[in-house]
Amino acid sequence: MTMQALVQVLASGLLTGLIYGLVAVGLSLIFGLMDVVNFAHGEFLMLAMYLTFGLVVVSGLDPIVLMPLVAALMFVLGGTVYLGVVRFAMRAKANQGMVQIFATFGLAILLQGVAQYLFTPDYRSLQVSWLGGKTLDLGGVYLPWPQVFGALVSLAAFGGLYLLMTRTDFGRALEATREDQGAVALVGIDRNRIFALGWGLGAALVGLAGAVLTVFYYIHPGVGGAFALIAYVTVALGGFGSVFGALAAGLIVGLVEAATTLVLPPSLKSVGVYALYLLVVLVRPQGLFGRL
Amino acid sequence: MTGTSLIAAPAISPSLDAAARRFAAKRRRSLYVGALVFAGLAALPYAIRDVYLQNVLVLTLLYAALSQSWNILGGYCGQISLGHALYFGIGAYATSILFVNYGVSPWLGLGFGAVLAASVALVIGWPCFRLGGHYFSIATIVIAEAGLLLVQNWDFVGGAMGVQWPFNPDSWATLQFARDKIPYAHLALGLLVATWLVTFVVAESRWGYGWRAVKDDPVAARSLGVEVFRSKMAAAAISAFFTAIGGGLYASYVSYIDPESVMSFRFSLLFALPAVLGGVGTLWGALVGAAILIPITEISRSYLGGTGSGIDLIFYGGLVMVVAIARPEGVLSLFKRSRAARNEEA
Repeated sequence: MTMQALVQVLASGLLTGLIYGLVAVGLSLIFGLMDVVNFAHGEFLMLAMYLTFGLVVVSGLDPIVLMPLVAALMFVLGGTVYLGVVRFAMRAKANQGMVQIFATFGLAILLQGVAQYLFTPDYRSLQVSWLGGKTLDLGGVYLPWPQVFGALVSLAAFGGLYLLMTRTDFGRALEATREDQGAVALVGIDRNRIFALGWGLGAALVGLAGAVLTVFYYIHPGVGGAFALIAYVTVALGGFGSVFGALAAGLIVGLVEAATTLVLPPSLKSVGVYALYLLVVLVRPQGLFGRL
Repeated sequence: MTGTSLIAAPAISPSLDAAARRFAAKRRRSLYVGALVFAGLAALPYAIRDVYLQNVLVLTLLYAALSQSWNILGGYCGQISLGHALYFGIGAYATSILFVNYGVSPWLGLGFGAVLAASVALVIGWPCFRLGGHYFSIATIVIAEAGLLLVQNWDFVGGAMGVQWPFNPDSWATLQFARDKIPYAHLALGLLVATWLVTFVVAESRWGYGWRAVKDDPVAARSLGVEVFRSKMAAAAISAFFTAIGGGLYASYVSYIDPESVMSFRFSLLFALPAVLGGVGTLWGALVGAAILIPITEISRSYLGGTGSGIDLIFYGGLVMVVAIARPEGVLSLFKRSRAARNEEA
């Protein structure tokens, strides 16, 4: 194999990895905030993809232009899911951990059903973006523009998230709630409001990822499952609750997946990622940047 | 009974004896109820003429048994596994490959698959039981998915094409009945009775108390001398053992398996849900949950516009969500509540 081909594979692994980071970060954010794993995270991504699809069909605009709108709508959805479902699941007196798992799993199945009802189980794809089909030539290494754009959006989102968490009152309240849910009430922070906003933010981030993915990925009601699995692995690797661990872990997962395709047939491309996950569970169960 | 006698009970041996007697009587009553219910279920397939409904009955009994197996680890020991499709697949594949490729009796195949699955559960449990709560659940999902991927790419077991059982005359020796569903109903019922009895015996044994202690508070359990890690391993092995037998029976029932049709994630969820719906960590929760869930999903799939419209999924997902939130102790707890209320009135 030539050096150039190797660079090509690694570069596309990096791009994919950045997008994986963006897919996973909302899951990690919510977990860090309140110790709840959203098992409907993949379905949030799927909904964002259909939302983008639907908005493009209705408005005729480019998905790139619609991205902020998708994120905003997903923010509302995330907050609503917290207020309408998760808030009640957290009140359970018996079997608390189980209630959270099955409440969000039930929601996941329900959302799949809604998508199937509205859009049928058919695979769809959008080929209307002006980015579609264009490639970026970096001295013989060719990168598809949709992926490059997705990676840039991911970097921008992580940058924005960093500013939000370090420079704003909301960010500080979020951090304080992560540290101690009980104590924040004493200083006048409404825990419920922070949780709802946290769910909104998490959903908006995965919404961005969904909007980006629609430019180059197919859409169907079950599309969330595959990405949810990647997101779990990414979050476990980066450390549950660690927002920037998700970015680093996303990059590693993307690179490992790309490297796997160098040695194994494409149908086995996830094997490397699963092996990596098992290694993490064995050696460092708290993940790279997490605490147990 | 008055409050004072309750508090004084441990100090006075006569009332301790009385408590022990009451407990033994309650256990005997449970056994009688079990015998009655299972005798009724054994007769039920003869009363149903319709083949479609007989199919629903077979599936209901099978999922009740599988959910009861899941319940041992998930309900009693509190380790929410969402990867039991792996053990189901091991049972289905072990039985099918041994029978189809080597002519080994499915009865032996069931046993082999069960032992293999229990061993795999121990190997998986060794690293994973150090993980708590959600971390454990996610690990089980990823491992089962990895198993599915490996089977899909493993030519020896038929790869993505799967395994087809040959056509043979009806026989209990090969567990093949081309037109008759009643034997399958009895096989599934047999597994249900076995899992029920194991649960009945183990739940009130030292192990069972250890499991509940681990479920409620692992740290406190350890400080009381419960061997937390070993209890989890035992629960996982027993649970996987029976799940694999269910997988083998399912393979003989449908007589064709491929990786997606026995190892996909939806099975892992289907094994957990009846117990969750009926009441986790109870003797009857899995059966009650399966008796509600399986007919509803099968019939809604057939009558609510079929698979593909999504209405069945909306219904099913909504049911799971609402029950999880509104009744975390499961549907069975509704009756318990009313009995407690009756006692109070009396």
